[in-house]
Amino acid sequence: MSLQPLSAEAEKATDEDGPPSGPVPRTGARAGASRLRRAVRENLVAHLFLAAGVLCFALFSWYPIVRGVLLGFQQVTFAEPARWVGLDNFRRLFDDPLFPTAWQNTGYFTLLALVFGFAAPFATAVVLNELRRGRAYLRMTVYLPVMLPPVVTMLLWRQFYDPGPGLFNNVLETFRLPAQQWLESENLAMVSLVLVSTWANMGTTTLIYLAALGGIPGELYEAAELDGASIRQRLWHVTIPQMRFILMITLLLQVIGTMQVFVEPFVLTGGGPDDATVTVLLLLYRYAFVYNDFGLASAMSTLLFVVLGLFSVVYLRLTRSKG
Amino acid sequence: MAAETPVRTLIAPAEMNRRTGRFLHRFVLTATLTGFTVAFVLPLYWMASGAVKSSSELADPNPTLFPESWHPESYTEAWTNVGLGHFFLNTLVLALGAWLTQLLVDVSAAYALSKLRPVLGNVVLGMMLATLMLPVSALLVPTYLAVVDVPLLHVNLINTPFAIWLPAAANAFNIFILKRFFDQIPAELLDSARIDGAGTLRVLVSVVLPLSRPVLAVVSIFAVVGVWKDFLWPMLVLPDEAKQPITVALNRLSEFMPANQLLAGMVMASIPLLVLFLIFQRHIIAGLTAGSLKG
Repeated sequence: MSLQPLSAEAEKATDEDGPPSGPVPRTGARAGASRLRRAVRENLVAHLFLAAGVLCFALFSWYPIVRGVLLGFQQVTFAEPARWVGLDNFRRLFDDPLFPTAWQNTGYFTLLALVFGFAAPFATAVVLNELRRGRAYLRMTVYLPVMLPPVVTMLLWRQFYDPGPGLFNNVLETFRLPAQQWLESENLAMVSLVLVSTWANMGTTTLIYLAALGGIPGELYEAAELDGASIRQRLWHVTIPQMRFILMITLLLQVIGTMQVFVEPFVLTGGGPDDATVTVLLLLYRYAFVYNDFGLASAMSTLLFVVLGLFSVVYLRLTRSKG
Repeated sequence: MAAETPVRTLIAPAEMNRRTGRFLHRFVLTATLTGFTVAFVLPLYWMASGAVKSSSELADPNPTLFPESWHPESYTEAWTNVGLGHFFLNTLVLALGAWLTQLLVDVSAAYALSKLRPVLGNVVLGMMLATLMLPVSALLVPTYLAVVDVPLLHVNLINTPFAIWLPAAANAFNIFILKRFFDQIPAELLDSARIDGAGTLRVLVSVVLPLSRPVLAVVSIFAVVGVWKDFLWPMLVLPDEAKQPITVALNRLSEFMPANQLLAGMVMASIPLLVLFLIFQRHIIAGLTAGSLKG
């Protein structure tokens, strides 16, 4: 509210300085001074509008970024001020037998998530794009799981996975297939997590692909058809090359996203069985919020950041080159 | 969607109109319709209908599609006895507050960056956008510590809604799409309002905002949905159980609640978002593609 009079004054200044037909001609020096004053005032108003945003970013984003890197080299307790410990945290990280396990598990999750999560939305989008009816309904249904709170999704699937009365084993039984220990078996637990994750997230990617498919010029297909290309050849030589950019982008985003998997193992397995689903973020969570070792957790964050940073750089390069 | 799409796609209209083409189209259509319904709608139906089944029916190894006996009281029990209503209202407060904070902070920042153009504005914008490149989880620990002891001010925001609202306002994506939209509003429009005597704030409220309804809708929806779905952050910054949102409470209570009441709680936690989606489908999908294609 207090901004109003300030800007009203700025308004008057604009009018006075306006077109040369103004009634009172000014000397050069005075006009310059008033222009400067106006510029300062306008900048002040602009910065006032920007202030809250800058403050939020400074307190909860920019400062934590810097602090996060520093924390990796410090020992932090709430009781006493932080103490520099050099590379100690990193050394302790590498000594933790769970550390390599967590990275392996995360890599495995990411790989599986790419196999499922990349093929399924692409195939879905290509099929949906050809259908002449029901597209609105299909587009809506595939996106429904995205709208569920992840915790609800996980709790729901925990019931589906239940080895006793769970729905999945019921279905398997109907087809006379052996029941599975979905979350309790070391081999299957991670696959089960990837299945939920794919189900929950494929809507987003599918809709992005659908939008991209809609942008492919029809003439390209017509030309290919005149050249005698079969449907499969058209898919291979027109659709996929036209989608190359968007496929690369979603691939990178998916790697960056799945490397940070947390809710799935946290709610469904707690990292078990026998640490088979301990992921990087789950371990980071334990370091920070179970053992209260913020230095160790920050060292882990830094490593995660470096690894994901590489993917981000590639992502940036790609989007830049595309304009 | 309309029955006929004018845009030429992978499969030629001629191929589609041949007898085998028509047959295949119908086959694939039926298969996807049933497949999608089973995969994406049935689980939701299972959740909602499971909540009104009796406990013994739920535990029965042979699942039923329709409840044999009707027990809608599990919803009221979950709402009052377990206190999920309280957690639901907590979520509502957190989501609405985050929505207001984000609109207030991000709209004025985007307005400044787009129309008022302060000195060093582009540097600030660049620094804001740079944060988009950082993985959220890498900032989890330092942001948590910043909330425990806010730098300079030295206040502790743990167990206050500000711990959710303020970090959410530092949203570069919002500022980016708002600024891009404001950029398209012609300067002449703002100038003529100024000539009519409108101040800077007045121009924002009566010229810029009414023109920006679509982008404001996108930002609003993403703000509410984001906070409503969140789990890890509220679990960390709201350790006081009475203050937790429904997602955190559900996970904490899931081991102790009867299955039908848990399902009822899960339905409650999901319904606002599903309703929001059904109403604003177009906005949500538009925002989604805008964010990812040009991000």
